[in-house]
Amino acid sequence: MSIVIVGAGPAGTRAAEILVGAGLRPIVIDEAPENGGRIYQRQPNGFHRTARTLYGFEANKARAIHDSFDRLRTSIDFQPRTLAWNLRPGVLDTICDGKARAVPFAQTILCTGAMDRVIPLPGWTLPGVFTLGGSQISLKAQGCAIGARVAFLGTGPLLYLVAYQYARAGAQVAAVLDTTPFATKAAQAFGLMRGGATFAKGLYYIGWLRTHGIPIFEGVTPLAIGGDGQVESLSWRHARGNTHQVAVDAVALGFGLKPEAQLADLAGVPFDFDPVQHNWVPRMDPSGQTSVDGVFLAGDGSGIRGADLAEAAGARAAWSVLAARGLAVDARAVASLDTTLAAGAAFRAALERAFPFPAKLAAAMADDTILCRCEAITAGELRAAANEALATLPPPEVNRAKALTRIGMGRCQGRVCGAAAAEILASTLSCPVEQVGRLRGQPPVKPIPILPAEAA
Amino acid sequence: MRLQRLAETGRPAVSFMLDGAPVAALEGDSLLTAILAQNGGYLRASEFGDGPRAGFCLMGACQDCWVNVEGGGRVRACTTPIEEGMRVSRGMVRP
Repeated sequence: MSIVIVGAGPAGTRAAEILVGAGLRPIVIDEAPENGGRIYQRQPNGFHRTARTLYGFEANKARAIHDSFDRLRTSIDFQPRTLAWNLRPGVLDTICDGKARAVPFAQTILCTGAMDRVIPLPGWTLPGVFTLGGSQISLKAQGCAIGARVAFLGTGPLLYLVAYQYARAGAQVAAVLDTTPFATKAAQAFGLMRGGATFAKGLYYIGWLRTHGIPIFEGVTPLAIGGDGQVESLSWRHARGNTHQVAVDAVALGFGLKPEAQLADLAGVPFDFDPVQHNWVPRMDPSGQTSVDGVFLAGDGSGIRGADLAEAAGARAAWSVLAARGLAVDARAVASLDTTLAAGAAFRAALERAFPFPAKLAAAMADDTILCRCEAITAGELRAAANEALATLPPPEVNRAKALTRIGMGRCQGRVCGAAAAEILASTLSCPVEQVGRLRGQPPVKPIPILPAEAA
Repeated sequence: MRLQRLAETGRPAVSFMLDGAPVAALEGDSLLTAILAQNGGYLRASEFGDGPRAGFCLMGACQDCWVNVEGGGRVRACTTPIEEGMRVSRGMVRP
């Protein structure tokens, strides 16, 4: 029976490597046309920028991941452009180029990655507003900036990294607006130093932006993105209280990352609310094993830990799979991975505390702001439904609120609005956000074409 | 809005039809890039009357970049490569 790895990013690549080393031939599925995942995404054929240009300080890591994957190609069953849209006991349902296929597995390692966590603000659906991750993909995979004059808004390490990458590539960066005050970050300095080179790189990006005259404002409150049919301005309130507006034609927006854990959810893996990450994360042991037989997790899809730890977690989960199959396990390699993962956890926690998700900002969203961009449902509609339901029923959790308002029922299935919607619901009900629960995953995890089969 | 090409501009040109008018793109562009690198870029109109949309996540998650391709139906522009002679229409996407 086969082993199926879902996701060919850093976690999936290192998992495949260990399995191939043990003489196995895993199936590796990825929705993208090429391997590398989001962080080490490969540019299309015909593009010629160097790894150094594309990945900066991470060029060697990106090259190492790509080289490893290229060496594995003949030893694995790589299925690119393939969406795993459902997980049943022992079976992944996939679709590739419109053709459906059920892929049975004895073990699966889900390396499904992450996406940006978003807090809506007025005007965020205008053409010209993209996620931070999306803005980075536009540059990396297409050589394009999202506009001629771009503002970067949100919080987290990615905010400064992408702004830096844009400026280095020749884009005009109008401003970097961080919702986290300087003092919050400074308070984590000791914990962040555990990150060594990673922390130093973060400081370098910020220093580079400052020395190149790019305005950076910390502790801001975003107000609105203005424009008629496209982005024309961005306004915010400074920590001191005065408001400011810049003319821009694009805004990159993101408040940290959240796991893309829908397949783990469909598998029946229990989830816990991680108060430091402020995310729901699938429950697993340190080796990546879950309570569901044959289901293993690695990488940011199992909780945000970053690309370096994704590599270690991918390899670690593969050793768990080998153990589950009764095959030989290299105890020294495992011990070394466990040390890496444990050491990285402390830095990660400091990083999350240095750039906390501004939950209050989400909870305070104005009633007339669009919350669900799939179906243009406002924050006020969610609050009204929650208050109305409260009068007659037990306090609604997010899935009940979804039934009442369709928030989370659109085509993205709550990927984009879910985090902010939970904060609004919790603040309306005056309860901690973990008490309103999390949106349940539903197959297909992304829209798939439905074609009636012809009669034989 | 308009995407700004900063690099890789030496790729061969591709021509395609956007809402019935011929436009140029570059080989290796996604459909999203090919359309939004034109002036006045947008991808679709929100079905709920709140204006034009031009995608958001660029990684196949948000489903906000759907366009219609003749013979191919409704596709996600961010994950669909442009092809010579493609006939693409924006406007209202029907559910």
